[in-house]
Amino acid sequence: MALLSFERKYRVRGGTLIGGDLFDFWAGPFYVGFFGITTLFFTVLGTALIFYGAAIGPNGLVDGPTFNIWQISIDPPAEELGLAFAPMEAGGIWQIVTICALGAFGSWALREVEICRKLGMGYHVPFAFSVAIFAYFTLNVIRPIWMGSWSHGFPYGIFTHLDWVSNVGYQFGNFHYNPIHMLAIAFFFTTCLALALHGSLVLSATNPGDDQVVKSPEYEDAYFRDLIGYSIGTLGIHRLGLFLALNAAFWSAICIIISGPIYEDSWIDWWEWIRELPFLVDAGQ
Amino acid sequence: MREYQNIFTNIQVRGEPEMGIDLPDNEVRDGKPWFDYWLGKIGNAQLGPVYLGYAGVASVLTGIAAFNLIGLSYLMQVDFNIAVFIRELFWLSVEPPAAEYGLGIAPLDEGGWWQLVSFLLLVSVGCWWLRTYSRARSLGLGMHVPLAFASAIWLFLVLGLIRPLMMGDWSEAVPYGIFTHLDWTNNFSLNYGNLFYNPFHALSIAFLYGSALLFAMHGATILAVGKYGGEREIEQITDRGTASERAALFWRWTMGFNATMESIHRWAWWFAVLTTLTGGIGILITGTLVDDWFAWGVKHGLAPG
Repeated sequence: MALLSFERKYRVRGGTLIGGDLFDFWAGPFYVGFFGITTLFFTVLGTALIFYGAAIGPNGLVDGPTFNIWQISIDPPAEELGLAFAPMEAGGIWQIVTICALGAFGSWALREVEICRKLGMGYHVPFAFSVAIFAYFTLNVIRPIWMGSWSHGFPYGIFTHLDWVSNVGYQFGNFHYNPIHMLAIAFFFTTCLALALHGSLVLSATNPGDDQVVKSPEYEDAYFRDLIGYSIGTLGIHRLGLFLALNAAFWSAICIIISGPIYEDSWIDWWEWIRELPFLVDAGQ
Repeated sequence: MREYQNIFTNIQVRGEPEMGIDLPDNEVRDGKPWFDYWLGKIGNAQLGPVYLGYAGVASVLTGIAAFNLIGLSYLMQVDFNIAVFIRELFWLSVEPPAAEYGLGIAPLDEGGWWQLVSFLLLVSVGCWWLRTYSRARSLGLGMHVPLAFASAIWLFLVLGLIRPLMMGDWSEAVPYGIFTHLDWTNNFSLNYGNLFYNPFHALSIAFLYGSALLFAMHGATILAVGKYGGEREIEQITDRGTASERAALFWRWTMGFNATMESIHRWAWWFAVLTTLTGGIGILITGTLVDDWFAWGVKHGLAPG
């Protein structure tokens, strides 16, 4: 069995949100629980539907069936179907897969809550995951409903979803000019930088090289104070990292929800308000 | 409930400032440390001291010089009209030389400013790298920060130096402007047939998003086991405690697999480092090896023709 040396004493009953003891067991390393069952249900159904959709086609621009992993695409309904339920082969699969995805993600988050309760941990991980679910929900539920048609959701395909990003971006001129997109990218880059620095610092203290002893957190603080005059500290870096990562996901969701429902023109032109400020408009040139 | 969620530090303990681990004899720190209450809410309240050193001073001076030369060039472009400078700030740009200058030196107002700024930036970044190296050396730490920084410098060098050299002229490089560098990015994708079909670009994006995912997972996990002392990672690595055990079991029970308190930082390091490493490769082979990524994708079955 897949038990770690210290695992047995942690495998206790209780902490479930629903179902009492009924699903309160493990399968190999996995905790099951009521939400493990629902996760499994939604995942199997959604994945099977993706295979079914690939087998009957169309897959994006591929007219018929394909099992080329790069070209499989489960597409949302056409614009004219609005917010109605679509026939299976014309976007209905996409609608059910979307429901399955949200069911699986939600179940997974609630299962994490149960595991947190078993282990006496805070709820930070399921909270963080719910921000990612929110971003997905924004893209494929809130925005399509707001715009009046499921066709505005993105297709489930490796390259078709990239094409969707490309096409939607160019519908707004140049998406790089979207100020919230700028903010989200800045958070992504900063998260990557902070992760590199945090990973590096811990590894450099615990793997200092031959003939060196493992260093204490005082050395970590000294390194960063020497380098930039400030060390945020062992607790602070995890608060900062979580903050940066969640903001990256959150503002990504905001930058797309405002594109279409709230603002429909080119993001390049949006910036002209600066040039029209009353105290700058007559400045010359 | 708030105090149990470990989001802010409620009680700040403040003693004498820490002056840092002793440095070798010829190295001194500068600055009198002070404390900031609001910084103390999320992390250490102490600011300073700092180590200056030749490389640090050279890095900051050349960095400031580059930044100010960009500003000066902007000002010259608007005839030193401050109102126009503010109005046009996001549109102004220091452009690299035109293609006909090849790899030669261009006159100041035809790309020479860009070359001068680029040279200063190169010196600045190089000196900062030396600093990350020498500070680790003086404290007897591993070389993980300078190695990771080298990966970021690789992308910087590919964009501004290596790829222009391989393409044969400086006009290929990125301009120094808020909107113009975004236009450059946009046009780079359009000119080479959709960068989304570049597999190294795809890897770089996956590692970038993966970095955010990992830091969310790791940051959240450590905060969630904060009441067991989870943030004392080095102690948990060398002498595993209940915080480490619970953190590991959380992920094992959730997804069937767990890192250890040490290996999660290796995952973190590699994801972050590979973001810029693969990104640099993707840029470098665009226009040099591959001219049309969409056509490349069709050829290799990524999209129907």
